[in-house]
Formats: sequence, structure tokens, C-alpha cells
Amino acid sequence: MAERKIKKSVDKASLDMMEKAARDGVTTAFDRAGEMSQCAIGAAGSCCKNCGMGPCRVLGVKGEEEAARGICGATAETIAARNFIRMVAGGAAAHSDHGRGVAELFLAAAKGKAPGYTIRDEQKLLQLALEWGVEIGERSNQEIAVDIGEIALAEFGKQEGEIRFLSRAPLKRQELWRREGVAPRGIDREIVEIMHRTHIGVDQDYHSLLKQGVRAAIGDGWGGSMIATELQDILFGTPAPVLGRVNLGVLKKDEVNLVIHGHEPLLSEVIVAVAQDPEMVSLAKAKGAKGINLSGICCTANEILMRHGVPLAGNFLQQELALVTGAVDAMVVDIQCIMQSLPDIAQCYHTKIITTSPKARIPGALHIEFDEHNALEGAKAIVRTAIENFPNRGNNIDIPKEQTDMVVGFSHETINYLLGGLFRASYRPLNDNIINGRIRGVAGVVGCNNPRTTHDSDHTSMVKELIKNDVLVIQTGCSAMAAAKLGLMTPEAAAKYAGEGLASVCETVGIPPVLHLGSCVDNSRILMAATAMVKDGGLGDDISDLPVAGAAPEWMSEKAISIGQYFVASGVFTVFGVTWPTLGSDEVTKHLFTDFEAAYGGIWAFEPDPIKAAHLMISHIDKKRKALGIDKARERVLYDMEMRRELESV
Amino acid sequence: MSKIIASAVIRGAHKIVGRAEEKWQQAMDKWGANEPVGFPNTAYYLPVIYGILGIKVEKLGDMEPVLKRCRLILPPPVREKCPLPYLGPALDAGMATLFAEEIIEAVRYLEEPDFYTKQEEPSDDNLWLGAADDVILRKRGIEFVDGTAPGFAAVLGAAPSKEIAVNIARELQQKNLYVFMSAGYNGTSFAQQLVEADVQIGWPTRLVPFGPDVSATVFAAGFATRAALSFGGVEPGDFRRVLIYNKDRVFAFALPLGFVTDEWYANAAGAINYGFPVIADTPIPEILPTGICTYEHVVSNIPHSDIVAKAVEVRGLKTSVAEIPIPTGFGAAFEGERIRKGMWYLECGGGFTPMVEWVTSKRMDEVEDGKVEVIGPEISDLPPESRLPLAITVQVAGRELQEDYEPILERQIHHLINYTQGCFHNGQRDIGWLRVSKEVFDKGFRLHHIGVLLHAALHKDYGRIFDKLQVRLYTEEDKVKEMIAKAKEVYAHRDARIEGMTDEATDTFYSCTLCQSFAPSHVCVISPERTGLCGSYNWMDCKAAYEINPTGTNQPVPKGEVLDPKLGQFKGVNEFIFKASRGKIDHYNFYSIMHDPMTTCGCCECVAAVLPLCNGIMTVHREYTGDTPCGMKFTTLAGTVGGGLSTPGFVGHGKYNICQRKFLIGDGGLLRMVWMPKALKEEISQRFKDRAAEMGVPDLFDRVADETVGTSEEAIISFLQEKEHPALALESILE
Repeated sequence: MAERKIKKSVDKASLDMMEKAARDGVTTAFDRAGEMSQCAIGAAGSCCKNCGMGPCRVLGVKGEEEAARGICGATAETIAARNFIRMVAGGAAAHSDHGRGVAELFLAAAKGKAPGYTIRDEQKLLQLALEWGVEIGERSNQEIAVDIGEIALAEFGKQEGEIRFLSRAPLKRQELWRREGVAPRGIDREIVEIMHRTHIGVDQDYHSLLKQGVRAAIGDGWGGSMIATELQDILFGTPAPVLGRVNLGVLKKDEVNLVIHGHEPLLSEVIVAVAQDPEMVSLAKAKGAKGINLSGICCTANEILMRHGVPLAGNFLQQELALVTGAVDAMVVDIQCIMQSLPDIAQCYHTKIITTSPKARIPGALHIEFDEHNALEGAKAIVRTAIENFPNRGNNIDIPKEQTDMVVGFSHETINYLLGGLFRASYRPLNDNIINGRIRGVAGVVGCNNPRTTHDSDHTSMVKELIKNDVLVIQTGCSAMAAAKLGLMTPEAAAKYAGEGLASVCETVGIPPVLHLGSCVDNSRILMAATAMVKDGGLGDDISDLPVAGAAPEWMSEKAISIGQYFVASGVFTVFGVTWPTLGSDEVTKHLFTDFEAAYGGIWAFEPDPIKAAHLMISHIDKKRKALGIDKARERVLYDMEMRRELESV
Repeated sequence: MSKIIASAVIRGAHKIVGRAEEKWQQAMDKWGANEPVGFPNTAYYLPVIYGILGIKVEKLGDMEPVLKRCRLILPPPVREKCPLPYLGPALDAGMATLFAEEIIEAVRYLEEPDFYTKQEEPSDDNLWLGAADDVILRKRGIEFVDGTAPGFAAVLGAAPSKEIAVNIARELQQKNLYVFMSAGYNGTSFAQQLVEADVQIGWPTRLVPFGPDVSATVFAAGFATRAALSFGGVEPGDFRRVLIYNKDRVFAFALPLGFVTDEWYANAAGAINYGFPVIADTPIPEILPTGICTYEHVVSNIPHSDIVAKAVEVRGLKTSVAEIPIPTGFGAAFEGERIRKGMWYLECGGGFTPMVEWVTSKRMDEVEDGKVEVIGPEISDLPPESRLPLAITVQVAGRELQEDYEPILERQIHHLINYTQGCFHNGQRDIGWLRVSKEVFDKGFRLHHIGVLLHAALHKDYGRIFDKLQVRLYTEEDKVKEMIAKAKEVYAHRDARIEGMTDEATDTFYSCTLCQSFAPSHVCVISPERTGLCGSYNWMDCKAAYEINPTGTNQPVPKGEVLDPKLGQFKGVNEFIFKASRGKIDHYNFYSIMHDPMTTCGCCECVAAVLPLCNGIMTVHREYTGDTPCGMKFTTLAGTVGGGLSTPGFVGHGKYNICQRKFLIGDGGLLRMVWMPKALKEEISQRFKDRAAEMGVPDLFDRVADETVGTSEEAIISFLQEKEHPALALESILE
């Protein structure tokens, strides 16, 4: 695979910047991926370095599986399973620690100890209070929020019972989790337990190891990530449709360009406010700029795009390229998916790289630590740094023209509203049109970029193939940005790319055929949307009955593995591209790709060709349609009085 | 929503809300915030606003928060390129439109009190009726409840010609649909076209001209909203249930004829919220995906010849059109047709000639199924405007046939003839009255066809209880008189049998859940001495209905153990209603107003209420719109008892029930009756007097007050004292 001669990107702006980087003598991830081939043994999950006797390379060679053992005696199966669930642990930890950070800020804000933060979505606060049995009565939002924050925070360290959001899932799914023994007790506990079980000489049965992986992943999707999404919505507002723009063309030649990069919107929300501060704007003008232009990379960008329409400069593999434009005055980063190469590249230009999280420091970067008690001052210092750096720009500036409009801001709640208005809000039109076949099914296409495949190409090929076949696509993360750059997130894309049935529904609702649901913790929104589809009726009584599928065609991070695992555990067929980390063991791979279906109703699949992968998803959707009995056109039912009498009262 | 439609909806909604704000401000300047406003004779205020938002608009000032809500939910215009999602916002704009239109129309009632006739029919110089009041709602509501009217068509604009208008209207009538008309197109309107084509319009023929402006379309939405509140028991403000109730149960749709303006689109979006689709004759964009409506939302460019069939299909409505082989239309919508002097070709009965209708059972070999004979002159033997004696005799035979079914079949003759387009019928037995129009004579209709239609229609509805049916029509005076004499003997025999039936001597009562299509938790139980409160069904009807359809809405209810003979409570009945009301009601009493009275669906003929000061009760029928001594008008009372609730002190009942022996006998019976509207008294006077005599107070009738005496307890008490009304001497009714 590593030898595969691949085109670097399908995005012209990125290709242009790669050329400029070469001219400027700058090395990027694209170059490094070309220079360094993938370690085949590590890629197959066959390298165990969990103790000092190794590392052991244990390949499950066909016919010689028995002989292949690590020094401790671990089989290829055990090693592949251990490595796999350690990836789950890494991903779940990243999402959940993000969730914990949000919960801590939420609690501080509720207690009045985080100036600048307030409750923006009161309705969602009260709904969560009802759901969690928090007394509302005559209490103030602050008082209620303190209770909510404390409960949320306790979810991470809970030792027994079940995490609370499991009760949001369809009843049948909850029963299944209990039956299989994978209902997480606490968010952190299951991650810790993975680390323990995968230590030398502990759990050495791959079935049992993989089960723990499922348990920790559920603790991510229905735990840490969901807490992050819910509390961010309450604190910063639930997204509603808004117009946005994407690609490097959003950078402005004559304005201070401050790029926000990372995953936590905690600080960036304040930066958005500060950048509009007249004092800051006039400072920028004093420095010769026309204004302050915010834009973003990765999921922090998705968060502020969804809530404020702040434009996206690009996805994961464009972080270095943004600097190559020479027009970025400062890039402020928080956590996750930040390349260590940024300060090096910044040296070739004038850009300041500012780290803000005590958890994520990079040598060569300026560190302005985020302090929730004093967020405003921190944000001002960051914006000021960018402004003051504006006059230092060199002449070597080239901003690509490419930028694309997009309609974003689709949360579970707004979809409900958009499908029926204030008075008839429901998922009914979605379910109805799935049942009548205008929409064949729904696919979640998510995940990262990976320079081992053509940047953006697998995302966009898959998404186009799906919508052409009347599959509504919902997206998050860097995958969403790839589709957006191609214009797939405009309502006009429906007529251009989607099948006739899907296009007619898009035209009816006024939505793009590809919906942006937010950042990668917002994959929890997809779980909520799937559950809402089940609850609205007519499509079975569990997520595994729905004609839906998931994919991460250009995945690279451990977070993607955790996300994929909680989708599978929630009953969704999930296909990954690029590479697959258990190929060193046929047994483990077969278990994930086949046996899981009997237990969880969802399975993993691996297919690097995005078109073929799309058709795997479509066949799975068709299989579910058949099981539901909606694979054939239905006769129109005409109602007489007798049938009306038999209706239950509403 | 398609983008073009959503854009138009939102533009239209802005215009209409703007207009409402302007009209309201002008009215405020002129009249002030405390000026009362509202639609005539309704307990539902401005019904869409009341039903959806739960806001009672009683004064001009009350409109302000509603207009603010409209502004709040009005979305911004749809952007041309890369628009934000518009379905939800456009549906909201549709609701804002309806709220604003109710305000516009309410201000019009204030500014121009005579703009509408406020009657059931147009007057000579005014076509437009305005909003349906609660009397109409309840009278017509029962037709929606029992299925005689499956829904309504809201027609906007005008057809390309009056001939096309007539065809569309006739086709809608044949499907028993109501037609609500508003707005105009090309200088005319659908209603105007029908009048020019000599079609009788108004509530009686189900062709209802609401108003000349598009804002009058909101009267249709108001009618639908009130159906949910009054029959569905939905609480005002529970907007979701109001709308879903209509989507599931009220089979309405909109037919815009002619150019669809922004304002029309805005109304269409309002209708779609109710699940009412739009079927247009112009090539506007379509919205085919489903979801808010049961099937398509907007279907367009439908030829006029197909538009009704298409609309019915899109709405998902199964209509059963009786295939009656006669050369004219047939359907419930023609029931209210009048045939005036100068219009009729033939007239029978009505006091001018002898007339009788008589159904009798025969042995199987005595009846030839489908045979129709006219014995004596046919209509074609006569010049126009002739009169004839007439005996309509029907002979039926069948293995399942019982003598008790004869009167049930006989009673159908009245409405079946009336369903015939071009025929008018009134009365029954030997007091019938028939007119056949010149128009229908020209189409080839003959007396013979009365036999044909009775044979076909009775077979369709009652085929299970008889096998064969033949009709003989006599038009010679001596023959008719002979038939009258025979029939009268039978009538006397029947009456004695029915009168003699008692609840005590009957082990099986019958349920009636006909209304559950509209009032899902209500259940009537009908005994021989307590007929159905809607006035439509007595015990014998229910028995026959059960025989006809054993799994239908009338089921036998074993009376079981008598728990309270005085108040009329029965164990078997309690068990049945607990189940049939889906656990909502576990018992009620048949003969009491004070102690757990029977529930009401909201379509009762009369509502009785306790008058504590008078130590008695009053009752009021739905046609009486005035005040009553209990302080509430009929419509408010019906709202109090409706929706399947048991409310001590109030009970719904049928007119016939007043003079039945068990009428509220647990509280003292008819002797408690201290007040009735004059018209109701007159209507039942003979039976009232007979029953009062039986109770030992032959002149009770004259001691009962009516509105000419007073409409408050204080006003009638002295009258009662002066007349020594027996109620005053009874034990306290509140005990």
C-alpha cells in the first residue's frame, strides 16, 4: 500500500500550496509520507511493545499460526486485539478528556467563576435537568447548571452502575448492551481497564479484549463525547443553520489572519467575541490591516463554524499549508491533531504559533495558557499577538482563490425543527421518505485525512457515490470539510449530484444532500439522530434495524477507531479505508468483520476503494430495507372511517 | 417545500402579517384596546389562535401579543443562492399567516358588522357567509364524526368557466365533501360562478361561500381547529395534537383554482401544517415527498376533469360513492337542496295530496328483488307543476330479517330521496312531502327511479339483514288511501311496542363508538329508555346496526348486575365502558345529572344543566344561540361536557330523551324541568304533555319557563313560584 503511487490531493488550493512549499523549501506531511513507508508489521497490528522482553513481531502466517508467539506466549490474535483496543483507549481518552474539560468549565461558569461564559441554550439545560432528575422548580439557571455540571463531571470517575446517557438509546439497544456485558460503568474506568488488561500477562483472550474495547468505546460515544456536545450546546448555543465558507481562500490579504486549530471550543468561543471588540479592531487598523479575519482548521473550527459561521481554512492536512500562504499572522492551537512541524514551518514565514493547553505543548511555540477564570485576558493577548504580528508579514504571500459556500449547523434538534417547523417538528418526513424509498438510507461519513491516500479524494468520491444512490449523508470532522470544499454542502448540490429521490427531498426541505453535524465529538449527534429515527417509528425498534451505515474513508487517528467502535457497538455497519490495524490476525479481523454482527447488530469492514466501500454501505442499507419490508414500492393506503376509528388518540 | 414555493410563502406571510398589523393599529386608534372582538356565536374565540397558541382573543388589545408572535416566527426571505433550509420556516410562516388572517377577519367583523350574512345561506344581495358559528360546527360536526362527510375541500379562486365550476362542485358533493370557498380570480369567484349557474349554495348543500378575500380561507382552518378541540378533546394550546388530529382524522385539502399568489401560497403553507395538501390547476412547482401531509404536499397542473379524484387520492381518502343507477347526482351533500316554487315539476304530499311511505316484510317467495312498479300515472304523463298522490311501499324479505327492522329501513327513505340531486323530501310515514325539480325531470328522472335508488341504496347499506327488496309506487288516490289505512295500523302496532320497551325488561344494551373517529375516549351506551345523545341512534337502530355489522361500532353490552336502580348504574356497562374508553372512565349513571352522569362526545343535541336556585334543571338545544339561565350558551355548555368527560351538574342528551320515562329520573325526572328554549318546547310539546300527564302534572308544560320569561335564574324564579312549579317542592337537587 505504501508503494501505491498516489496523487497527493484533489484540492487545487492544497496542491498549489504544496508547490509553493516546495519552492519555499518547506517540508509537509505529504512529503514525509512519501519519504517514509508504513511499517508493515505495525500497520497490521502485529508488533507488541507492551513490555521490555519485546518488541515482538508476531505475524499470523498462514499455516504457522500455532508457532507464532511472542516471548510471553501471546498469540497473533492477542497482540492484534490488544493493539486494537489500545487505539480505542487512546481515542476514547482524547474525546472524554475533552468532555471533562468542557464539564469543568461548565461547572465553573455555573458557579460564576468563569467570567465571559453564560448559559446560552436554556431549553437544552432544562431538558437535561428533566432527563437527569435535577430539580427545576423556582431555581435559577445557575443553580440548575451547578447540579448538572457536578453530575456530568462525576460520570467520568463513576465506578459502578451505568453511565447516564445509555438511557437515551433505544430500549432494545440498552438491553443488548446489558446482555453482552458492555454497558460502561464509568467513562474513565473502562479506559483504565483497557490499559490494565493489555499489560503483559493479563487478558489473553481476544474475545474478551475486544469486548472491553466495545465497552470503553460506548463510554466515549454515549459518554464523554455526548457530554462534550450537550454541555457545549448549553454553554455556547445549539447550532442552527448558518452560511459558512471553506478552504484556504478564506484567508484575507489585507486583514489580520488568526487561524484557530484544534478541538476544544472553550477558548475559541471567547476569541470569536474578542476579535469583534472595537478596541481590537482599531488596533488592527492602526497596524495597517482592514480588520481581523478569523478562520479555523480541524474541529475547533467546526465548532465555531457551526455556531458562528466562522469560515474554515481547511482540514487536518491543510494546517501546514495554511502557514505556507505566508498570510497567517498567528495560529492558535488547543488540543489534538496538531502537527509538531507547525513551529518549524512558521519560522519560514512570520507566523506565530500559540499553544494554549497545558496538555499540549510544542517546542518552539509561544505558550499563552488558557485559564477559564481569566479567559478574556488570554483571548485578548492572543488576538493582540496576531495583530501585532501583522506588520511582520513578508512579501512571499500567496493566498489560493479557492473558497466554497456551505450551509452548516445541523444538530439533532435543528433537524427536528427543519423537518416540520415549530408546530409540526419531528423526524417524520425523514422516516416517511426512507420508507417510501425516496431516500434509500442514511450514511455517516466521518473521520480524518491521511496522506497515505489522496487528500479529500476518498471522502468526496464516497460521498458523491452515496448521494447519487439516494443515500442522505451526514458528516462531521475533516471529512465534512472535504465534501464542503467540493460544494456538496450547498442546497444546489442536490440537483447536481444526488439521485432523483434524495434530490426531491432536499428540494422540499431546502437542505444540502450532505449535512454537516459538527466536530468529531459531535458524532454523538449522529447517535441521537439515529435514535430519533428509531423513536419516530416505522423503521424497526433498534438502531441496528435502520437502513444506515457509517464510514471513515481517510481515517488516521485513534479517535476514529474509537468512534468506529461505538458506531459498531450501537448497531451500525461501519467501513474504514486506507489501512486496517488488525490484518495481522485473520481470527481477530474475522471476529470484528463477521462475528460482531450476531452480538451487536453492527460490524466493521475495511475497503480502501471508496466507491467499492460506498457500495458495501449501500448493500447493507438494502439488506436492512429488505428486513424492514420497505424494499418494494408500497401501495397507497386510502383511509375510510373505520380505519380512522381504529387510530390511537394522539 | 420547493424553494420557489417557500420564497412565495414567506413573502405572502410578510404581506398578510403586515396588513394585519396595519388593520389592527387603525382599529386600536379608533376603538381602543378594550373593544370586544370575535367571530359570531362561538366559544372558541378566534379558533386558530385559541387552538394553536392557547390565547383567548376577546378584546382588540388581546391581539397585540399574537401579532408579536407572528413577527417572532416570521422567517427572513429565502436567499436566492445557497439558501438556508426553508421547510420549517415556511411552515411557521404559514401559521403566522393564519393567525394574522384571523385578526384581519375579526377586525372586519368589528368595522363592518354586516359584511357577512352570518346565516347558513347567502342573502339576495350578499353571497358571503363568514365564519361558521358553533351551531353550524356542532350540527355539521356530527356528519364529520359519523362519516357522512369525510372532509372538506377549501376552494380558492375561480374555475375557468362556470360550467367547470359546477362540474367540480358536483363531483365534490357526490363524494359528500364540504366545499369551503374563499378568494377570487379573474374578477369572479367559485361561489359567484355557482350562483350564476343556478346552483344552490350554503351550508345545506355543503357548498359554503366563506368570503371574497383570501383571508376568509382561515375560516376553514378555524373549523378544523374547532373539530380537534370540541370532538377530539384536545386542550387549547396543545398545537401539536390539534394539527396531528387533523392530519389523521379530518380529510381536508385545498384546491387553488387560478393564479397562485404569494398570499395563496402562504395560506397553503398554513394548510400543510394541518396535513391538508394542495392540489392546483396551474403549473406551480410540486412538493411530492411526504411527511407533513400523509402523502404529497403540493400537486399541480391537474386538469379540471381529474382534479377532484386526484385530490381525494393525494389526501389518502377512501370515499364510497354509491353507484345508484339514476340519471342524476346522489350523495349526502344534496340533502340540503331546496326546490322552490316554480322550480318543481311534480309535488306530492305536503298537505296537498295524500302521501305515505311504508316498509313491510314478506315471505321470500313473495318478493322479486329489484322489481319496481309504478301503479298509476308516471311523472312523464303529466304537465309541469303537477301534483300527485303517492304511496311508496317497499317489500323486503330475508332469512335474517326481523319485523323490528322495518321502521329502520323505512326511516332511510327520507334521506335517501333527499340525497338525490333535484329531489326534495321531508317528513315520514303518512306526513311525507316530495318535490321533483324540472331540471332533474329534463335529465330523465322519473318516479320509477325512486324505486331504483331505494333498492340500490338499501341493498348497499342494509344488505346483511335482507335478501330481496321490491318497490311499488302508487299514484292513484284510492290506492294511496288504501295503503295509508294499512300502514297506519302497522304504525300503531310498532309505536306500542317501542313505547312498551323498558330498560328493566332488557338484558342487553348497545354501545355506540361511532364518534371514536373524532372523540377517541368517548363511549355511548344506549338503552331502550335512553336514546343516543346525538339524536341519531336509538336502541333498535343499534341492534340492527350490530346485526348488519357484528364487528362495527355498535356492540351488545350485557347489562349485568344492577348496581343502582334509581340512578341507573349497571355492572356490565361499567366493565364495558372502562375497556372502550381505554381506561379513562370506569362508571357512569344513566339516569342522573348530579351523580356521575354519562359522558358526551360533544355532538349532543341538547345539554341539560342544574339550576340550584330553582332546585331544577334546564336544557338547551344546539340551534338556540341565546343566553340561558345557567349563565352559559349552548356552545360553552357543549364545550364543558364534551370530549368524553363526566361532569356532575351537566349532561348531554337527545331531544327525544326528554320525554322518555327514564329521563334523569334519578334526580326527579321531567318534573325538574324548569326552563327550555321556546322552540324546543314547541317541537316536543305533545310528547312532553303526555309524559307530564303520566307523571301527574298535566299542565307542567305551561309552568316551564323559556327565554321570553327570562334568561337568568333570578329572572325565572318568580315565574316558577307563581306557577307553583313542582320542582320547587322537591327535595334539594344538590343533595
